[in-house]
Amino acid sequence: MLMDRFRNHNADADATPVIPNVSPSSVTDKITGIVLKLGTPLWWWIGFFISGFVLLLLGLVLTTVAIEGVGIWAINTPVVWGVAIINLVFWLGIGHAGTLISAILLLMRQEWRASLSRFAEAMTIFALACAGLFPIFHLGRPWLALWILPYYDSLMLNPQWRSPLVWDAFAITTYLTVSAVFWFIGLLPDLASMRDRAENRLVKTFYSALSMGWRGDAMHWERYHKTVFILAALASPLVISVHSIVATDFATGILAGWHYTIFPPYFVAGAVLSGMALVVLIAIPLRAALGLHNLITLKHFDNAGKLMLLTGLMVGFGYLMEFFAPWYTGHADEMVVLESRLTGQYAPYFYLMIFLNVIATQMFWFRNVRTNLNMVAALCVFITIGMWLERFIIVATSMTAAYLPSMRSYFVPGGWDWLTVIAPFGLFMVLLYMFIRFLPMIPIFETQELIEHHKPAQGYMDDEEELGVDDIDDGSGGMLQPRPGLLGAGDD
Amino acid sequence: MAESNEYLYGLVAEFQNGDRLIEAVKELKNAGYKDIKAFTPYRVEGLGEALELEAKSLSWVVFIALIVGALVGFTMQYYTDVISYPLNIGGRPLNSWPSFTIITFELAILFGALATAGAMLILNGLPLPYHPIFNTPNFELSSGNRFYLCIESQDEQFDRQETMRFLSSLNPRSVNEARS
Repeated sequence: MLMDRFRNHNADADATPVIPNVSPSSVTDKITGIVLKLGTPLWWWIGFFISGFVLLLLGLVLTTVAIEGVGIWAINTPVVWGVAIINLVFWLGIGHAGTLISAILLLMRQEWRASLSRFAEAMTIFALACAGLFPIFHLGRPWLALWILPYYDSLMLNPQWRSPLVWDAFAITTYLTVSAVFWFIGLLPDLASMRDRAENRLVKTFYSALSMGWRGDAMHWERYHKTVFILAALASPLVISVHSIVATDFATGILAGWHYTIFPPYFVAGAVLSGMALVVLIAIPLRAALGLHNLITLKHFDNAGKLMLLTGLMVGFGYLMEFFAPWYTGHADEMVVLESRLTGQYAPYFYLMIFLNVIATQMFWFRNVRTNLNMVAALCVFITIGMWLERFIIVATSMTAAYLPSMRSYFVPGGWDWLTVIAPFGLFMVLLYMFIRFLPMIPIFETQELIEHHKPAQGYMDDEEELGVDDIDDGSGGMLQPRPGLLGAGDD
Repeated sequence: MAESNEYLYGLVAEFQNGDRLIEAVKELKNAGYKDIKAFTPYRVEGLGEALELEAKSLSWVVFIALIVGALVGFTMQYYTDVISYPLNIGGRPLNSWPSFTIITFELAILFGALATAGAMLILNGLPLPYHPIFNTPNFELSSGNRFYLCIESQDEQFDRQETMRFLSSLNPRSVNEARS
């Protein structure tokens, strides 16, 4: 119901295609051309080297943790989790938007999601790679991480199946595996397109091997289509389960401020909010740098803005419940947590978080804001910082308020902690730069299907004549005749 | 004629768009051809029906894999906690099935997804490094904006001259041979 209204909000926009009047073949040339013809632009090298440097810092942090132990972080006895677990929740949350776009919106037949789905799904996998590092290194003895898995060892050790931390290990590894499979299956026909357009023999061999000899047989397409729907149907409940399970790490603990049933849905909404923000934040510069204005249109940003507004409100409801619950229970220790947020040491961060996640996102009510990319980018930066702060506050305020007053302490992140916060961005961005350089980052065949579905009655001009690559690589000229009133046709 | 068919995989007609391809498929079906293969840049709606193709077995694969995954997940937990190494933890029952549901669910999804993706590849015969259809001139465009139709030489009704003539009458851009 909600999604129907969401889709039909603007009847005019609904009648017009998400992708303006672009011909199917020019989409193939455009997207494969980014990898095969564009070469390696200067901005790519600069970005790659900066990210690579930050990745080296991650290596430094993790090596130091492995050698020196977790004592390099500012953790103390009640606050044993620190930034490592804050990072786990943050990065895992980032990943959730990818699956939302590629699976949940697919099942809801939200056609507009196609252009964003591939790189959002890639972001899911890269964010999971970042997230997975932290619980392992937070063990202090990361080489013993395999003890959490059930395997036949000489000590007859079994995992404790009632523990949410064991659930986490299963949920995150399943999520990573299923996301990677879903992503690769989605890439398969596009890798064949890359193979068909590659001119260099070595490059062609590379994509031939990856595409597994895909030849677009009609029977194969039927099976493929069904497979994608089945995988989406499996990934949708999976993604909701993953952050819910992470929330149970907190909610099954008896700490004040954590022991609430609202945690799972509250965490999932926050995950989608932070993930969408990062997807959009990366989509904006990519679109400008690679001339993707016709494939990622203002309608995408408009819809993403609505999703961020919706999830921002859900997160806001979660915050309200965090006020309500301590007051309603009247529990002294719950009040200690609430006071540390409202008036204590963490109050500035708390109010900043409320502003960034709930108040600032109200700007998305306005269509002018949702389609103004500078505003959207600023709000996405706000949300990314705000959602990191949210996890910081959840961990710090509850853990410092130990039930034994003599144990109460403060948690102030130190130099290594801040390095640990920044460093995973290096891994994430290096993987992302590699992805946009070597793989088609917008699903070619899905975009073609979408265009075919909304094709004008008279057909496309390439029905009768061939278009050269020259005609399409500027992204806005040539074959495009913007129609008046069409979203995305005449933007920035 | 028989000699020239020896290395002939089939005759391949190239079409401008999916609609013309579907029309051609219908004509060929009416004419009694059976071994027809179509190659398209994306899934063309209506082509599956025209060729009488249906991906039935995948639903069964995922259904069975989900059940197997769930059974594996639950038995693993039940076996370790109740049979192999019973341990009283906080007085909770050995078979704490509500706690076991989470990993049961995760393993069901894992098995389901891997089986579906694997079954799709196996049923499609992928990976397949070589296929004679790739010898068709311009076949690279099958992932761009051209739609191909192949009558395999193994079809009972296949006759090089006659089939070529029939295909040419269906308004294709071109008709070529695919040789293995």
